[in-house]
Amino acid sequence: MNAPLLDLRSVSKRFRRPMSLGDRLAAKLGAAVETREVRAVERVSLTIDRGETLGLVGESGCGKSTLGRIAAGILPPSEGEALLGGERVMSAGAHPRKLTTRVQTVFQDPFASLNPRRRIGDAIAEGPVAHGLVDRAGARAYVAEWLGRVGLDPSYVGRYPHQFSGGQRQRIAVARALAMQPDLLICDEPVASLDVSIQAQVLNLFLELRRALNLTALFISHDLGVVRHVSDRVAIMYLGRLVEQGPTAAIYSAPKHPYTQALLASVPRLKRRREQRHDFRPIAGELPSPLAPPPGCHFHPRCPLAEPRCKTEVPPLRGAGPQRLAACHLIPEV
Amino acid sequence: MSAALEVRGLRTHFFTRDGVVRAVDGIDLTLERSRVLGLVGESGSGKTVAGLSIVGLIDAPGRVVAGSVRLDGRELTDLGDDALRRVRGRRIAMIFQDPMMTLNPVLRVGTQMLMALRAHELLSTGEARRRSVAVLGRVGLPSPEQCLEAYPHQLSGGMRQRVAIAIALLHRPDVIIADEPTTALDVSIQGQILHEMQRLSAETGVALIWITHDLAVVSSLAHDIAVMYAGRIVEQGPADAVLAAPRHPYTGGLLGSVPGEVPPGSALTQIPGSIPALIDLPPGCAFRARCTRADQACAEMPEIAACGEDRAVRCFHPLEAA
Repeated sequence: MNAPLLDLRSVSKRFRRPMSLGDRLAAKLGAAVETREVRAVERVSLTIDRGETLGLVGESGCGKSTLGRIAAGILPPSEGEALLGGERVMSAGAHPRKLTTRVQTVFQDPFASLNPRRRIGDAIAEGPVAHGLVDRAGARAYVAEWLGRVGLDPSYVGRYPHQFSGGQRQRIAVARALAMQPDLLICDEPVASLDVSIQAQVLNLFLELRRALNLTALFISHDLGVVRHVSDRVAIMYLGRLVEQGPTAAIYSAPKHPYTQALLASVPRLKRRREQRHDFRPIAGELPSPLAPPPGCHFHPRCPLAEPRCKTEVPPLRGAGPQRLAACHLIPEV
Repeated sequence: MSAALEVRGLRTHFFTRDGVVRAVDGIDLTLERSRVLGLVGESGSGKTVAGLSIVGLIDAPGRVVAGSVRLDGRELTDLGDDALRRVRGRRIAMIFQDPMMTLNPVLRVGTQMLMALRAHELLSTGEARRRSVAVLGRVGLPSPEQCLEAYPHQLSGGMRQRVAIAIALLHRPDVIIADEPTTALDVSIQGQILHEMQRLSAETGVALIWITHDLAVVSSLAHDIAVMYAGRIVEQGPADAVLAAPRHPYTGGLLGSVPGEVPPGSALTQIPGSIPALIDLPPGCAFRARCTRADQACAEMPEIAACGEDRAVRCFHPLEAA
């Protein structure tokens, strides 16, 4: 059995608002100053094997993007560690740096992730040249090759981002990430801002490149249909914690955690035959604020099955069937 | 009895420095009471402008250049501003994607609802409050009394959208035009709101135009569908029939590009290219550059023509009927 490519070991991320001057003085003088912090990610452990695509699903504020950024070496975890091929993604210490170029990210908004004043050829070439993947003389041909691979005309190298549509820009972002020849690609909502017909083009490109390059990917999305289509395994997050994880087909056909069940039941799905259609059942209640998550199991106020202990005890993530994990007191450990 | 809303030959053009943008170029819609019409299209298809044109909210450089909008038999396009204002909000209302288009950030929800009520009716503060609480309860807000005292920023996105829907419902309008009201919301909140709207439309008889790019939403909510492309309706008909067997190649392509129709991991049907710019659109079918069935005939604009029961399609080479 090979070691996993990405290994997130019990990573947590807390964000704290910087203290005001008054609070800092009070704290210096020994007063107990309350600091509000958001536990964006709480002790999440995940692995991704080489060649595998893991889908990470959740609603806004569940910590899925933060977790992606920890894996990508953009944010250091507050606790735990992120390992890529057995090596740390970021250095330790007060000012952590990303140590590897083997993980690259494609972001949601292709309008924000490309510098509007740089020609796209330069934007794509910058990383590979800086890290010696290609020399300056070979850069042009190298960029042209990657543009071709993402389905863009290689003659576009001299153009600026505003000359492209949203779907084309997302292709450029994919080319820029892949030109670094990463082992792991983090895709953070890569199709969320695109129209349906363009979304299909970008998803097809992703599937095709994944096959051709044997890519390993963490695919973050709130769209259950998209995740089902591209992922081998799925992990579901709710308010910073992993609630369920398992092979895609198994999760979608028989979700175990009440949140996953409710989420799948509440999402309108395209049903083209009348007999497939039924009233979808919405999940009751609002998403709680991540600043003040409910105690015990975070989902208990909205859970139809909640018991008294769900309000006090945090359910551990434990085995729930072949290759499956779930964090719920009511699911017997397997 | 006339239909709740009848739109005929509606054209809205924007006269910009770069040329004329024909955002809506001749659309016909009929909406019966208690029905939900899904107006489907991608960005730039003109679906939002169509909605705004119906309620008379088009600003310069845009103008409704032709067509008729009849609300319960009464023509709206030739009404003056004051007369239109007496209709809008009372007989026809609009819900926007961003609830802050409806809400004023510096007024309490209760104050805004009072203003909305008094814009059309004379009534006491107590009576207004009673009506507001009743409507907020109907859209599923858990504590309506508290909500009246809140400012919009104190509410979550889902709650704000519910308040915006409540304001639209205040005067029991005949028609509500909802422009992507759940697109910005989380899936679990979207599910709740779709559920409420389905119930409200059945209970109150309000007719809905649901503008969206999301075919999944349409398939679970709408009775009828109209698909827009480049300012025109390319296909319309009962939702069941259109979803089961689309006739226009664009509708077929859209349905094929939604994950879930093919086995996971296999290629999705994709429509090549992207939506054309609406400035100085070349003559002929606007979809022909992306269409696999296009030929010389398509250099001329096809008329929208009946094809089966209550269905119509704008195409010379429609997909085969099922």
